[in-house]
This record gives sequence, structure tokens and C-alpha cells, in this order.
Amino acid sequence: MSLLELKEIHSYYGNIHALKGVSLTVEEGEIVTLIGANGAGKTTTLRSISGLLHPKSGKVLFNGKDVTHLEAHLIHKEGIGMVPEGRGIFPRLTVLENLEMGAYLVKDKAEIQRGVDRAFSLFPRLKERSSQKGGTLSGGEQQMLATARGLMSNPKILLMDEPSMGLAPVLVDQIFDVIKELNSKGTTILLVEQNALMALSIAHRAYVLQTGSIVLSGTAKEVSQDESVRKAYLGI
Amino acid sequence: MRRLIKADALREILLPLGRMAIFVLGAGALLSVVMVVLSLLFRGSGADKLLQTTQGVNIFTYTMANLPQVLIDGVTLGFVYAAIALGYTMVYGVLEFINFAHSEIFALGAFAGVEFLIILDQTGVLKTAGGMSPYLYLVLALIVSMAASGGTAVFIERVAYRPLRNAPRLVPLISAIGVSFALQDIIRLTESLTTGQFYRVIPTFGNFDDRIPLFSIPTGGAPIRVDIQVKSLVVIAAAMFMLVGLNYIVNATRIGKAIRSVAQDRNTAAIMGIGVNGIISFTFLLGGSLGGAAGVLYALKFTRIDPFVGFMPGMKAFTAAVLGGIGNLTGALLGGIVLGMLESFAGAYLGTFTMGNFGSEYKDILAFLILIIVIIFRPSGLLGEQVSQKA
Repeated sequence: MSLLELKEIHSYYGNIHALKGVSLTVEEGEIVTLIGANGAGKTTTLRSISGLLHPKSGKVLFNGKDVTHLEAHLIHKEGIGMVPEGRGIFPRLTVLENLEMGAYLVKDKAEIQRGVDRAFSLFPRLKERSSQKGGTLSGGEQQMLATARGLMSNPKILLMDEPSMGLAPVLVDQIFDVIKELNSKGTTILLVEQNALMALSIAHRAYVLQTGSIVLSGTAKEVSQDESVRKAYLGI
Repeated sequence: MRRLIKADALREILLPLGRMAIFVLGAGALLSVVMVVLSLLFRGSGADKLLQTTQGVNIFTYTMANLPQVLIDGVTLGFVYAAIALGYTMVYGVLEFINFAHSEIFALGAFAGVEFLIILDQTGVLKTAGGMSPYLYLVLALIVSMAASGGTAVFIERVAYRPLRNAPRLVPLISAIGVSFALQDIIRLTESLTTGQFYRVIPTFGNFDDRIPLFSIPTGGAPIRVDIQVKSLVVIAAAMFMLVGLNYIVNATRIGKAIRSVAQDRNTAAIMGIGVNGIISFTFLLGGSLGGAAGVLYALKFTRIDPFVGFMPGMKAFTAAVLGGIGNLTGALLGGIVLGMLESFAGAYLGTFTMGNFGSEYKDILAFLILIIVIIFRPSGLLGEQVSQKA
């Protein structure tokens, strides 16, 4: 049984048919990446998993449980964490409060404290800014905070939407190092990226999404050697 | 770390108290200075002469003599407005929508509390109540009104606003106006069916009508005594207590942080495991109960209530919320105090200074003039940077 399985998902924005039968699986312990051009449906796929958008048809199975029609906060409770598109930092909460909100469902105070400590050791910069408002952070710092916040609930899987967007190359490297490190410690990751080269370099497997459909899938190595992918996404 | 949290909690209690003091003193001082200057400018005017012939004092003395009482009344009214304004501003904060039914939530609270006291009065316990027990009954009435208003607010959100959550913004607004009229008539119907009359009067009990002498100002003639009614003190103390409590809940508790998260980014809050609908209901519960309690305090201060009692205070409190910066809790406090003060000043001096041509009954013009001016020139309000950031 896969940790996460999408079966023939169809999602709509109003009349726009955004996902046309997307199926994919993520096994426990993997980094799976979903690459594709702007508007291909990458973010829509993540929204359909996390409950922000409910698919019209198809199934989302998590740990074998059908979570397709659960509300977003209940899906989170099942163990799905998310680093949303555009980072989703609460601009008028402090860095520490943003982290606390990531652990909203964690009852044990000591566990929250451990989460905060871990976040600060992953990203020492956040510790320096812990009492600063989220909205005053730089883009890179916000991405660090979004990533750290997504981990606060100890999710079984972390959905990451474009963690490299708008970041300086050195910060992109840093974020991807953290993703690898998290994965090596056991967190499963579904990574959506426009930076296909970067994503394929750390992922185990990859799916290529084009106008709402999966057009190619395989191990990261296979996908990165595919002629059409090399042309379209890797610029080689 | 634990000690740090305690210090934080203490800060969230002291900070709003400090703000209240600053707002009250600031608004009071500013308006007092304006009045003193005006009274000096009006020396020798027709208004001055009229006062000298009718009351035997010049306009400066008259202004100064009334000032302390005007300030006390202004603070009392200001805190009532602030308590109502918080209901508007909290709901706006999470939904970006003006709950125009909030004025009727306030009226409902007034009726629930007053009816409760009338029932107590009929059993005879109020008349014999002495010592601290009148305060106990008042607290009970406040709790009854908070439960009634808070519960109704939650119910209204569930049936009249939630189904329209994704509709264009004007639609829930219209729904709110409909709810407002419906509630007004439900109160009216209930009252006329059960009591045969629309209006109710809060029973007199305890020492709320007593006046505590504060100080007296020696003048040429009889000294002017300044006193404060016990009920004004009660209104101020109760409102302060609730405002501090609300501030604490919103800023220092887990659920308060969840409210702020939902207000800032509903989708992200949901994927953090925050049940958005539950938080919105809780926001209505908080705002509604505060409005209901304000209704009882209003009834205590002004004694007579009718089903339309919510309209004016509601509109004023809405103005206060806009003046302070809608969506901003501190702004609602500031707006409420400023507006209460202004109304008290206008009510006391407008008639005298215009020789009755422009009597105190026109004081409401001032409040709504402010609303228009703020909306045109500073739509984000006095403290409203936060709103523009969100829009």
C-alpha cells in the first residue's frame, strides 16, 4: 500500500477543467517530484490532496484511507503537512507564533518546544527573528519559516509547493539540502517544482504534468534522460 | 521559557489597560482644550450673554463647571461603544464583512438581561438585595445576556452567512440587513405577546443610582460638585474587564492565535489543521457575547429599552470601528472612546454655544460626519495600516 495514492483525479475551478484524470503514488520514505510548466496543474494537484479543492471525481487515498472529501483541517490531521504556494506566512503573527500555528493540533507542550528547537537548528536565522512579524521577513526567510512550520506537526508526508520560487540560487541550494536532510530522517516528500533540474537531482521518482494530465513518469533518472523533458524543462 | 510565557500573559493584560488610559486621557484632554479655547473665543457673544442672564455665569465658567461631568459621561459611553465596536471589527477581521445584525444582537442582549432582572424582581429578591448581592445579580444578568447574544450570533452566522461565504461581497451584507430587521421584529413580537408592550425598563435595585461625590470646585457662588453615578463606574469597570479579557483571548491564547491566523490567511490556516468554520463560529460567539453584555450595561445606564434600541448605538459603534480602523481591535477601542467623548461633549455644549439653534439632539450629526470624513480621507482608519495590508 502506498502512503499516498491519487486515482483518476478530476478537479475544476468553476468551469475550467484543471486536472484531467491525474493518478500518482508516493511510497513511504520517497521524494517524489511533480514537474511541469506554469498552469499545468501542479498546484491544483496539491490543493486537491490537501482539501483546499475537492476533486469532482476520483479518489485520494492516504495510508489506504479515502480522504477525498474530508475538510482541509481534517486531512491535515491525518498526517499531511503542507508548505503552500507563495509560502502562506501569516504576516502579522511573529515567527514563533507562525511555528506554533504549524503545531496547532499538537497538544503536548514539550513536543511543540522540540519542534521549535528543531526549526531553529534547521534554520538558525529564524531563531534570530523569532519575535519579528512574519510579514517583515525576506522571501528566503519566509520560505525557511514555511518549511519549518510545515514540519511542526511531524507530518507523515510534506507537500511542498515551489519552495525555490523567487529565491536566490544560494538559498535554493540551502532549501534543497534541508529537503534531502528531512527525507533522510524519514519524512516523505511530494515536491512540486518549476526548477525541474533541481527537483530531479534530489527526487527518487518524478511525474511530468502537462495541461492537467500526467504525460510521463518514472525514476528521476529516467525522467531526466527523456528527450522531451530535456528539451522542455531542463533547457538542454 | 515558562517564565517568559507568564511575562507575556501579564503584558497582554497591562498593555490594553495602558492603551485605554492613553486613549481616555488623550481624547479627554484634546476635547477639553478645544472646548476651553472655544469658550474663550465665545466670550461676549450672544451665547455668553444669554447664559449670564439665565444662569448668572459666563460661558467660560459654564464650560469649566460642566467639564468633569461631561468627561465622565463620555468615558462611560465610550466604553459601551468600544464593547459593541469590537463585535463589528472582529467579524470584519475574519470574514471582511460588516455584520449589520450586530446592533440587534446588542438589543437582544439588553432584552435578555433586563427580562432576567425583571423576573428576579418579581420574585422579590432584588428589592431586599443588599451589600454585594446586587452586583451578583448584575453579573448573572450579564452572563444570561452574553449567552443569549453569543448563541444567537453563532446561529445567525450558521444559517444566514455561512451559506453565502463564497457569494459576492454584497450578498451577505444584504442578508445581514435582513437578519437585522427580522431580529428587531422578533424581539418586538415576543415582547408584545408576552408583556403587551414594546419597551422595558430595567428594575431599580442595589445602589446603582447613588452618586459618589468626587470633588467640588469652589466658584464665586455655590461650589460645583462633581460626582459619578455608581452605575457609570460599574459600566466602565465591566466594559474594561471584558475588553481586557477579549484582548487576552485574542493575543495570548491558542484559539486567539487561530482567530488571527484565519483572519490573515484562511486557506493556510486550514492546512495547519485549524477548523476554519469552528473558529469563525467562535469569533461570532465572542463578538456577540460582548455586544450582549454591552446591551445590559446600556440598559443599566439609560434604563429604558425598546426593540429599536440597538440601531443608534450600533451605527455609532460601527462608526467607531471604522474610525479606529476596521478589523483592528485596538482601533475599535480608540474609536469607541473618541466617539463616546465627542458625543458627550456635543450633547453638553452644542445647544448652549448655539443658543439652542443647534441643540444637543443634533449631536448624532457629528458622529456620522466623522464616518463620512474617515471613509473619504482615511478609509483605513486611525490605526488601520493592518487592513490595507490585507486588501
